[in-house]
Amino acid sequence: MNQSIDYHAILPETILSGTILLVLIADAFLSARRKWFTMPIGFVGTVAALIATLTLIGEDRTTFDGMFVVDGFAVLFKTFFLAVALLVLLISLRYFRDGRFYQGEYYFLLLTSFLGCLLMPSSRDLLMLFISLELVSAPGFLIAAFRKSDPRSNEAGLKFFLIGVLSTAVMLYGMSLIYGVTGSLNLGEIAAALSEPLSSGQETLVLAAILFVVAGFAFKVSAVPFQFWAPDTYEGAPVPVAAFLATASKAAGFAGLLQLMFVAFVNQHEFWTPIFAALSIATMTIGNLVALQQQQVVRLLAYSSIAQAGYMLLPFALVSSDAGVNQDAFAAAVTYILIYAIMTLGAFAVVIAMTRESRGLLISDFAGLGRRAGLLAFAMTVFMVSLAGIPPTAGFWAKFVVFGAAIERGGIGTVLAVIMIVNSVISLYYYMAVPRQMLFVEPEQDRPLMSPALVTAVTVITTVAVVAIGVWPELIARFPPLSTLVER
Amino acid sequence: MTWDNSAITIATLLPLAGALVIAVVPRENEATIRALGIVFTGAALVVAIAIAGGFDYGAGSALQFDLDTAWIPVISARFHVGIDGISLPLFVLTFAISFLCAVYTWRFVPSPGRAKGFLALMLLLETGMAGTFIAFDLILFFVFWELVLVPMYFLIGIWGSANREYAAIKFFLYTLFGSVFMLLGFLAMFFTAEPSTFDIVELQRYAQQGGFSQGFQLVVFGAVGLGFAVKVPMWPFHTWLPDAHTEAPTIGSVLLAAIMLKMGAYGFIRIALPILPYGAEKYAPWIGALAAIAIVYAALACLAQRDLKRLIAFSSVGHMGFVMLGIATLTPIGINAAIFGMVAHGIITGMLFFCVGSLYDRYHTREIAEIGGGVMQKLPYLGGVFAFVAIASLGLPGLAGFWGEVMALLSAFNPSSILDQAGLTFLFRVFMVAGGIGTILTAGYFLWMLQRVNMGTLPEKWREAGFGDVVAVEWVSWTPLLIAMVALGLFPSLVFGVTQEPVEALARVLGGG
Repeated sequence: MNQSIDYHAILPETILSGTILLVLIADAFLSARRKWFTMPIGFVGTVAALIATLTLIGEDRTTFDGMFVVDGFAVLFKTFFLAVALLVLLISLRYFRDGRFYQGEYYFLLLTSFLGCLLMPSSRDLLMLFISLELVSAPGFLIAAFRKSDPRSNEAGLKFFLIGVLSTAVMLYGMSLIYGVTGSLNLGEIAAALSEPLSSGQETLVLAAILFVVAGFAFKVSAVPFQFWAPDTYEGAPVPVAAFLATASKAAGFAGLLQLMFVAFVNQHEFWTPIFAALSIATMTIGNLVALQQQQVVRLLAYSSIAQAGYMLLPFALVSSDAGVNQDAFAAAVTYILIYAIMTLGAFAVVIAMTRESRGLLISDFAGLGRRAGLLAFAMTVFMVSLAGIPPTAGFWAKFVVFGAAIERGGIGTVLAVIMIVNSVISLYYYMAVPRQMLFVEPEQDRPLMSPALVTAVTVITTVAVVAIGVWPELIARFPPLSTLVER
Repeated sequence: MTWDNSAITIATLLPLAGALVIAVVPRENEATIRALGIVFTGAALVVAIAIAGGFDYGAGSALQFDLDTAWIPVISARFHVGIDGISLPLFVLTFAISFLCAVYTWRFVPSPGRAKGFLALMLLLETGMAGTFIAFDLILFFVFWELVLVPMYFLIGIWGSANREYAAIKFFLYTLFGSVFMLLGFLAMFFTAEPSTFDIVELQRYAQQGGFSQGFQLVVFGAVGLGFAVKVPMWPFHTWLPDAHTEAPTIGSVLLAAIMLKMGAYGFIRIALPILPYGAEKYAPWIGALAAIAIVYAALACLAQRDLKRLIAFSSVGHMGFVMLGIATLTPIGINAAIFGMVAHGIITGMLFFCVGSLYDRYHTREIAEIGGGVMQKLPYLGGVFAFVAIASLGLPGLAGFWGEVMALLSAFNPSSILDQAGLTFLFRVFMVAGGIGTILTAGYFLWMLQRVNMGTLPEKWREAGFGDVVAVEWVSWTPLLIAMVALGLFPSLVFGVTQEPVEALARVLGGG
């Protein structure tokens, strides 16, 4: 079949694929002591892919017969994923080098997962979405189990894998039903087909199919009741992998969900908005309530990210026939995803610095960090305050735009906003548990904490970002409304 | 950017700059850090006095020194700041008290020391408090409002007394809970107004044209009022206050009582009343009832207290009850009384907490029974100052506390004409009587406390104790407050001259609503 491929549109992916292969080949030839070289190779390749993505700003390209689209939405998310990739690479270096893991393989798998992340926001086709989702998840299953001798790590990978493939199977079934009814896999064509009236049998089939597809993505974003894998996987996996799962992997799930609900299924919104409202409420509430019980830091962050996923699901429940409200809801979801990833990545960076001292890090291990490592303690306090949504941090503005969209919607939106604010207040209690240990409690030993230079660098970058956005949210908030998928 | 535009922003952000400067000074240079604290708060105070000097007292109801620039276009929030006759006294009060606190820390930083963190947080707190009084955009107001929570949480939690962690998190959660409902109210106002705006002046104009429906005003006043009520604190949302005040370090208690509580009442006067006048009219009897209950309840609670600091904390609840009673009457006299009461309470209760803090520094106990009496014998100057301030607090004529109380009660006798039309005058007179009873009880608990603490024989165990009377640092930080108490008592027009005009403008809005 003759097909013209728009090579500029797929340039970032091509560069990243080349980097991935280069990393694997380099790993084969590097001596055991020099295996960590694969990280700088991957880093340089990712920077090149980022530059390639920036050249696509303002472009509107379609290739592969409409399956692959590069527009404002895609470029925004690609830039975001590549930036997160750079930061995750930086915090991984020392951890994997000291832990005597397979390094080349790790970077290979990590970057492959990021390749899937890059593909996700460009996928305007059900098959493409499935491929992207699998490409994000499959390496994730492997790197979650990377600590081979640790049964917890094996359990993490296995749980992630089993629940993951189950959800994907259900999702694929839903996708095939949609294809059966509409005769197309392309999201735009599906929307057109579904906007016409269907026979009652087909209507029921479509609604069931939407549920199945949502289930697949709900697993990815760890929404309740698909969240059971998350705490165990985050806790067992190597901490940089947990950081990756909590930020990029979750954001990729949301990118896919945004495209599906706002483009393909937008006309069925009366059916699925109550479902998303229920998902959102359940996820926030259960995430927050269980987080209150946690003593282990990574589990705390896992439940925190489950609750935050609940906040990110809220804008989906606001969709109505009013295009203005839909645009604000869409922008709110995207803004929250971006800001959430920055805060969480920073928090994980501090945790990585701490894990050098103790595996299985408890909240009480943070005791007295204010004295021992002032910068890390300050940074962690900023991240916790931001996750709780207190001004003047970025997290406050993320919550604010979601509240704004909810109040603008009215009706169900007001109810959801009230539930969200009650949840935010509850969450403050466990978010403050870490600064409480760091600043109110005396340390057991007064030895200063040495943290790897790259981890400190990532901590500083993310802290500055959180505070800068907190004081001047225009820095980031102006981008999501420009990259909307909602038709006016 | 001229002086006119930027003066209040400079004054508000100077403490923040000071906090950043202190953050980079190594923590060993204690003297430098404390000096920097005094320098920056002093500089901010000088700017505030210059603003007060440059204020046109003849045009108090218009916004002066105002600045309105773009800030976050994507959510339509603007950086709109200004000052008028209502906010000027509170604005100057903030800087004055913060400066005196910084002077106090020259000698007294509570355990576990660490002046760097202490002063940095105190300066950050000052910026948040001052910013609340100058913000004329709802989002800007909210950011400054919330900005005070984190520093105060750490001030209480690190430098407080035995039960500090519980008090700190209770304070944080309780106040945050109220604030987020306030935020929803703000968003509701934004989306209902045509055109959508967060600007307080614009919203006021829209409200006067009758833009907000009655049902809307009732709901939103409830939401916004909840946030303000927790901060004031109004009974029954006051339960965070005794713990927070008691466990906080001296400076924390002073700032909390003197300024942070005012933010709540100021919010009522600045936002809730002018933008939601129908809501104000319907909620007024409830606010008045809660205020009257607060006055009596707080007085009874004070009579039961064994901890000196907790007694003063409950007295704050009572005094803010008078403030809220004045506001509830929706009259010029009442609102003027409220603002005067806020300034007077700030000075007097701030001073009371200083005294109690000094007593604690010496006796290392706050229990009245432990102290046992005879402070006048052992520490005549401290006892004398304490007695003077306590008497000012109970409302002796000639001192600052008198005017706020008396005018609040007077305004309750003749509430606003719209309340009169609703047949509520009798109810307000009942509140007035309750307030009067509260005044008697207030005098009762203060005088009884003075009897138990100041008078009587000095217990054996304190006779040989090595602590001395008031030191120079304390005199320097207290004297301005003591003078202010007398000055405001003898010349109440110092405050009323400023607030009269804008309050009458506000009352006209309420009368027409």
